[in-house]
Amino acid sequence: MNTAPAPRRYTSVAIFLHWLLALALVGIFAVGLYMADLPFSPQRLKLYNWHKWAGVTILILSAVRLLWRLSHKPPALPQAVTLGMPQWQLLAYHATHGLMYALFFIVPLVGWAYSSAAGFPIVLFGVLPLPDFVSASKPLAELIKPWHEMSAFALAGLVTLHVAAALKHHFIDKDGLLTRMLPGKR
Amino acid sequence: MTTSLSHLTRATGVALLAALASVAAQADQKLVPAQSEVGFVIKQMGVPVEGHFKKFDAQIALDPAKPETGKIAFTIDIASATMGAPEPDAELPKAVWFNTTKFPQATFQSTSIKGLGGGKFEVTGKLAIKGNTRDAVVPVTLAQSGATTTATGVVAIKRLAFKIGENEWADTSMVADDVQVKFKLALTGVGKF
Repeated sequence: MNTAPAPRRYTSVAIFLHWLLALALVGIFAVGLYMADLPFSPQRLKLYNWHKWAGVTILILSAVRLLWRLSHKPPALPQAVTLGMPQWQLLAYHATHGLMYALFFIVPLVGWAYSSAAGFPIVLFGVLPLPDFVSASKPLAELIKPWHEMSAFALAGLVTLHVAAALKHHFIDKDGLLTRMLPGKR
Repeated sequence: MTTSLSHLTRATGVALLAALASVAAQADQKLVPAQSEVGFVIKQMGVPVEGHFKKFDAQIALDPAKPETGKIAFTIDIASATMGAPEPDAELPKAVWFNTTKFPQATFQSTSIKGLGGGKFEVTGKLAIKGNTRDAVVPVTLAQSGATTTATGVVAIKRLAFKIGENEWADTSMVADDVQVKFKLALTGVGKF
């Protein structure tokens, strides 16, 4: 029988990765929206490359985060919280997290595929050439492009929902759920 | 009087023959555009991006057995440059890049050709792009197959020496100074070697 108390907070590594990636995702989404409408210029070229480098970095960090999550079980929802939740909210809670994790990988991978298909292999930080897992093909690039955009918007929507739910728990339900993910003393 | 006239006639005849022979020699060596390619590779923030020229021509008088007597003149129709996407293709003709209205052609004129053996040659000459002329050394490898001789080679040039990419585009951290020009030219009428 395991007598150790169930963790009530996320581990500090999980908290660090959560907020780091939260900032990174908001940043890369904003850059992505901004750069797409820029005219041909050094600025556009620079932002596109930074966006790609950031995307690959986010992909790697997301893999680290997933591995950490799988090896360090996140705290279960406190009973006080689950008791007050309708079944659909519990389901939405799990679905939102699952989908967000899926998109942490899908959005950058589709972006990477788009870049390769468009004939611009990614050279990470300008020095490390990454392999192309799809071949350069203009029709393929046109086919992939909307999926990068749509999946990014889907992730943005889920993040908004996630933030709204966290704030609702914190300010309306006042159940302290958010403190599990806040940095600070245990 | 008669002798000098006959001398003159003979001299003219010889000159004419020589001219005819040289025309014939030149006419014998023809570029086959459909089987030829001239491309370039630039680096944008470390990313190699390829482009090519659709229209170019060459006048070649080369006897592989006596390369030092040869002459090569190469002309590229700069406005035919394409990188395979509408955005860069719309930029290339602009003044900061190739300024194709003012400088429609790039030329290479050989000054000396050196045989290195094994079908390899070193062609030295003047490369003129966008009104700037620079010395260039072009390594050329010839390979013969049937009636066709294929000349291939890669030349590394510095784009800023030719003012290709000015003002904000002169920043080599965005677009590297080094540009590789690759060519594969199919020629007919080149003598055996």
